[in-house]
This record gives sequence, C-alpha cells and structure tokens, in this order.
Amino acid sequence: MANKEPNSSEEVGTTGHEWDGIEEWNNPLPKWWLYIFYATVIWAIGYWLVYPAWPTASSYTKGLFGYSQRNQVTKDVAASQTEKAVFRDKIAASDMETIKADSELFNFALAGGQAAFGDNCAPCHGRGAQGGFGYPNLRDDAWLWGGSLDAIHQTIQHGIRAEDPKTRASMMPAFGKLGMLSREQISDTAEYVLSLSGNEDDAAAAARGKEIFATNCAACHGPDGSGNQALGAPNLSDELWLYGGDKATIVETITNSRAGMMPAWEERLDPATIKELAIYVHSLGGGQ
Amino acid sequence: MANVELGSSGGASSPQEETQLYAGRTKIYPKEAHGRFRTTKWIVMAVTLGIYYVLPWVRWDRGPYLPDQAVLLDLPARRFYFFFLEIWPQEFYYVTGLLVLAALALFLITSVAGRVWCGYTCPQTVWTDLMIAVERFWQGDRNSRLRLDKHPRSFETIWRKSATHLTWLLIAVATGGAWVFYFADAPTLAKQLITFSAPAAAYLFIGLFTLSTYVLGGIAREQVCIYMCPWPRIQGAMFDRDSLLISYRAWRGEPHGPHKAGQSWEGRGDCVDCHQCIAVCPAGIDIRDGAQLECIQCALCIDACDEVMDKVGRPRGLIAYDTIRNLDAGAENAEPLRILRPRVLLYAGLIVLVSIIMVVALIMRPVLDVNVLHDRNPLYVKLSDGGIRNGYEVKLLNKQYVPRAFKLGVTGLPGATIQLIGHEGGVVPVPPDQLQAVKLYIALDKESVEALPAQATPFQLLVTDIATGASTEHDATFQGPPKPGAGR
Repeated sequence: MANKEPNSSEEVGTTGHEWDGIEEWNNPLPKWWLYIFYATVIWAIGYWLVYPAWPTASSYTKGLFGYSQRNQVTKDVAASQTEKAVFRDKIAASDMETIKADSELFNFALAGGQAAFGDNCAPCHGRGAQGGFGYPNLRDDAWLWGGSLDAIHQTIQHGIRAEDPKTRASMMPAFGKLGMLSREQISDTAEYVLSLSGNEDDAAAAARGKEIFATNCAACHGPDGSGNQALGAPNLSDELWLYGGDKATIVETITNSRAGMMPAWEERLDPATIKELAIYVHSLGGGQ
Repeated sequence: MANVELGSSGGASSPQEETQLYAGRTKIYPKEAHGRFRTTKWIVMAVTLGIYYVLPWVRWDRGPYLPDQAVLLDLPARRFYFFFLEIWPQEFYYVTGLLVLAALALFLITSVAGRVWCGYTCPQTVWTDLMIAVERFWQGDRNSRLRLDKHPRSFETIWRKSATHLTWLLIAVATGGAWVFYFADAPTLAKQLITFSAPAAAYLFIGLFTLSTYVLGGIAREQVCIYMCPWPRIQGAMFDRDSLLISYRAWRGEPHGPHKAGQSWEGRGDCVDCHQCIAVCPAGIDIRDGAQLECIQCALCIDACDEVMDKVGRPRGLIAYDTIRNLDAGAENAEPLRILRPRVLLYAGLIVLVSIIMVVALIMRPVLDVNVLHDRNPLYVKLSDGGIRNGYEVKLLNKQYVPRAFKLGVTGLPGATIQLIGHEGGVVPVPPDQLQAVKLYIALDKESVEALPAQATPFQLLVTDIATGASTEHDATFQGPPKPGAGR
C-alpha cells in the first residue's frame, strides 16, 4: 500500500481491544488477498465435485471424472508390463545360453529373477537364498540334481516330489524304520560316512560301516560316497550337509530317510519368469 | 468486502463508524529518474538479464559422449553441468556450499550497504523495473500515464495499453523459454518448441513462468515486496547502526517547505517539498518518513533529489546512503564510516573459508569413485570343500568423459580367488560419465580361512584402469564363521 505517513490509530481504527495500553491497529489488508481466498474456496468446491472427496455412510463420493488411485495403479502396472514384454518375449523364446550371452537380456533376467525369487522362493530357501534345515543353500557349489543352467531350469519347472509327471524324486529307503539295518549297523555306517570327510570318532566302527555302505548305499551315493546327480543322491564326502553333519543327525537320516519337497513352478509361473529365476539362481555364486 | 462495526468497548475512535478491513490497491505511477544510481541499475539489469537469457546458449565441448551445453541441469541423466564442472547427485553438497556462500554474501552485503539485493539484483525488482520501462515506452512518463488512466475508454488508452500488455507477455514468454532451456539442450528444444513437438513438461513450465512473470512483474509489482516476500522482514533485522541505508538527512532537510528563487536558506532545511522522491519511488513511499519495510532501497530517490538540489543550487546528498549513527549525530558529529566492523570481517572470513574448502574439494575430486557393498544376507557361504565365500556388489563411478575399463583384484587376503558375474575375463567396462555395478565373489579355501586371525578380516579391493595402469585401493571386509572359542 502506498502511504505518505504511517497510519495512525485514528485513521485506521483498532480492532476494539486494548491490552496494557497496547492497541491492535486495523491496517487494511489488500483486497486482492481476499479475492484470491474466495477463488481458493470456489476451487475447493469444484475439486470436491470432480474428484473423490467426501465419505458417505458406507462409501464415498466418486467425483465426476471417475478418477481412482486404484485404477491409476492398475493402468501403470499394465503399462510397465507392456514395456517389459519386449524383453520377456525374447527371454521366453531363447534358450538359457543365448540369454546369458546377451548382456542386456542377462541383466534384465537377473533383475526379474531377483524379484520373482523374493515372491516365490524366499519362503523356503531364505531371502538371501542361504537355505536352512532341509532347504538347500542355493549359493554354494553343492547341487543335488545338478548346478548347470539347464539342470536348475528343470528343477524349478518340475519341482521335487511335486504333482508333475516329470518331477524329480530321490528314493532313499528308511533303513531303520523298515528294519533293513539294525541300530548298530546304522551307527557303524554313520561313522563310515563321517570318515568320508575325515570326521570320524571311531575308526573300528568306520571300518565295519564301510562294508555295510558298499552293499546298501553305494548304489545311489557312489562307491566313494561322492553322490549321483542323476538320482538326487547327495555327495557324502564334502563339508556341506543339508540336514546336519553330526553323528546323531546322520543316524536319523539313515533310519528315517529324507524326502524334501518343492513345488513344480511350471503350473504357477510363466516360462519367461522361470528362465529368469534359473539365470538368477545360477548367478548366485555356485552355478556350474 | 467485509465491514466491521466497532463496539463501544476498547475506547478507540468513534464507536459508530464502520471500518474497512480490506482496502483496494492504490496504483503507483513511478516517474523516470536520471542519475548515477539509475545508470547503475540499468547496467545491473542488462548484466543479470543478459546472463539469464544468454547462458543456456553458450556451448562447452565435453567430447562426443556428453552434451555440449555449458550450463545444463540434465534431470533424466541426473547430472548438473556448469562449464568445466560436473556434479553427480552424490555430490550435491557442492550446491549446499554454493547456498552457504550465497547466504554469507547476502549477510555481508546487507550489513555493509543495506538492501542491495532488493534494490538492484532481485529478479522481482529487475523484471518489475523492465515492465515499468515498457509501460513508460508505450504510455509515456508519469503525468502522461495519469492522464491516460483518466480516460480509460479512449482509443489512445486502449491501443497504448494493449501494446504494453502484449510486450509484457512477450517478455514473459521469453523468460519462461529461457528457464526451460537450462534443463534441455537449447538449440534442440528451441526447434522442438517451434514445431510443436517439445515434451509437454516444456510447454507447461513455459506457461507457468509466462503467467508468473506477467502477473508478478507486470501487475503485482510492489505488492510482492510488501505482502509476499520474506526478505524485507529478514533483511530489516540484518541492519545495524553502521549499515549504509538510503536515508533522508533530516538534520539537513528540516524544517522543510516550499522555496522561491532568491529566498534565503537561513533557518530552514534544504528540503523544498518538491515530492520528486515520492514521484520516482516504485513502492510509492516517502523516504522522509525514515527506513521502512516498503522501501526496497533502489536509490532512485537519491537521483531525483540530487537533480533538484542541483537546480536550486544546494549540495547533493540530502538523500544519500548514510548510517543511523551519523543520522543521529547530525552535521556536527559526523564520524568516518565504520565499514570493517567485527561482523563484516566475520562474514568475509567465513566466505573465504567456505570458498577455500569448496575449491579444494573440487580440485581433489576423483575421476573414479568406487563403492564396495558387502552382501548382508547371507554374510558368508560355506563351500563343499570347507572354504568360505563372500559376495559383494561393487559400483564403479566413471567420472571421465571417455569409456574406461577396469580390472578388479584383492590385496591383504592371502589365498583369495575372485569371481565376477557377467564379466568373463575379469575386466569391467564402464561407459563415460556413468555408474556400473558388478557382482563380485571372493573365496578362500579351508586352510586360508583357518589361518585368518579373526572372524572379520579387513582387506583392500584393488581397482586398476586398464588403459593407464593406475590403481586405487578401497576398504572391504571378509566375513567368516565364528572362530572356535571366541565370544559366547
């Protein structure tokens, strides 16, 4: 406001109050300020009409544009799926080695596999794929059914002991439960198995167990206990154990056998995602 | 328009009167001033507007891979280019440093010479000054504009005002245009704008800036300074008794009154009530009331008063940059100006210090930045031969303008073997001015792990530029299983 001298309380008046001799002068506000305020009120009313705004008893006012954030998200997701389809179609159509060789597809598959892993695989194999009791650690170099890209791909597709004609299923007898071996025999065999990785306590028991092993176990686990990936028989001579490498656990394994299960993801995930998962798992450090 | 009736309580003015809570704006018609400060303001306007409009068009060669615009805020690529400087988002603290310098410079100049920012360099002042100049060009000086407004519907008023507003709009569009050119390559965007193929965001922001420049510079003018801007309030708190403020020297000018040629100057002040200081003021105030919020200290009243003083044969400087200390002292006790006060020296010292820190940081900016991120889940993996493997994500930031390739190695970890995912051969190429992330696995065999003294072992990651052979070392840690007998 242009003024020639400060307004005095006589000119502008006061708001009518006075505290300890201090008056509140009524210096007028600019009119444009007031009009802009009115404009915001009108804008607000227009906004309420046009966009979702007010709750009703059991719902809310939907607005004239029919705008909804949920619809917007659906649209955004569909748009991103269309963008991703460029890569995913290529992945679905190519074999694993081709994908690995193309760095753009490879990086896309890694990212997609990481995302899908968190949604589908992490509940059993762990967020970092480190596994746990009975769930294989996907990062190490010990593979039950093979660690090549194609072997991993097939495992993910058809699962372990799943309802799928091509599913993988190892068949270890429950030697103790079925009465095929006595307690002492199982104990000796366990000592021998420990001796394969140099961890036995009782050398005499291990010597006895060697013969039992040759008769009962070598057929699947191999004469030197190094395993058979075609049958899903683990390598018993390395430092890694799926259920535990102490004597009591090995005795339990021989007595009751083990039968881990994994879904056949073929019926739940599309081919491109399964390929991405195979690429991702293979790149976790143990891929062969 | 709200009116309020005053009750009889409070003992204020006549209780039955109605008081306006809101008042319409009184239009101001600033008259043109002539003098050294007006010239200074024209020069500052030319320089500041010149920089603003021209800078996006200046070119700077950065090689074939990067944009060649000298000043560019490349938002999609997240790079800020300023001539030979380049800032990544991770280096945003350079901007912090600039802001600190700007604040200190403001404090310094305000404590020395008052509201120099407001009166000479603020964009609102500069553009308003320009809009007033346009108005004066089409509609004439103050008296002519007053006359035109008395006949709002005459043909002359209409065509002159239309020309004024059209010119304002053109200036506003150019202002919006200049803004968007800082965010994209100027020649490319200019072509796109003309052929209507520019991105929607460009048109949106040009529209926004056109609107705001036209409204704030052409129409709102002093309303911005008086009602909207926080700086008048803040700057008012930064003066002290030794700041040079635009002041009316009352000890010289009072008592004021009309003066006829030939009359004596005895027993009266130099102020002849010509009201030229009020006529040229873009905020419409009377500087004789003293320093006030509305006075943006643009110094036009100094020029106006000096001109009149010349005409009546009195010395210049009735209105001048002067300190409160000297105003209070009057003519007899005027002291030399105290410019180098402790607070001035403090601000200047801080500016020097911050500048040195920034220059040193810029000079020492590495052309390669490496981030080594250890996998958290799992911390380590046991391998079938009893060995231990750790995973890392290594991010290589190539800050040079050419593609480079790097080899990764390990020192301080005996027996370590390295595996890179996706980069057979152990060589990682990084595009110019880009970041490349790579997955790295480091494995130790069983004996080497047992030989480690502790569970966590620090070591160095060696990054070697293939082309130059120069290496840099970066800290990392190798995690193993808990040592037997350690801890719980």
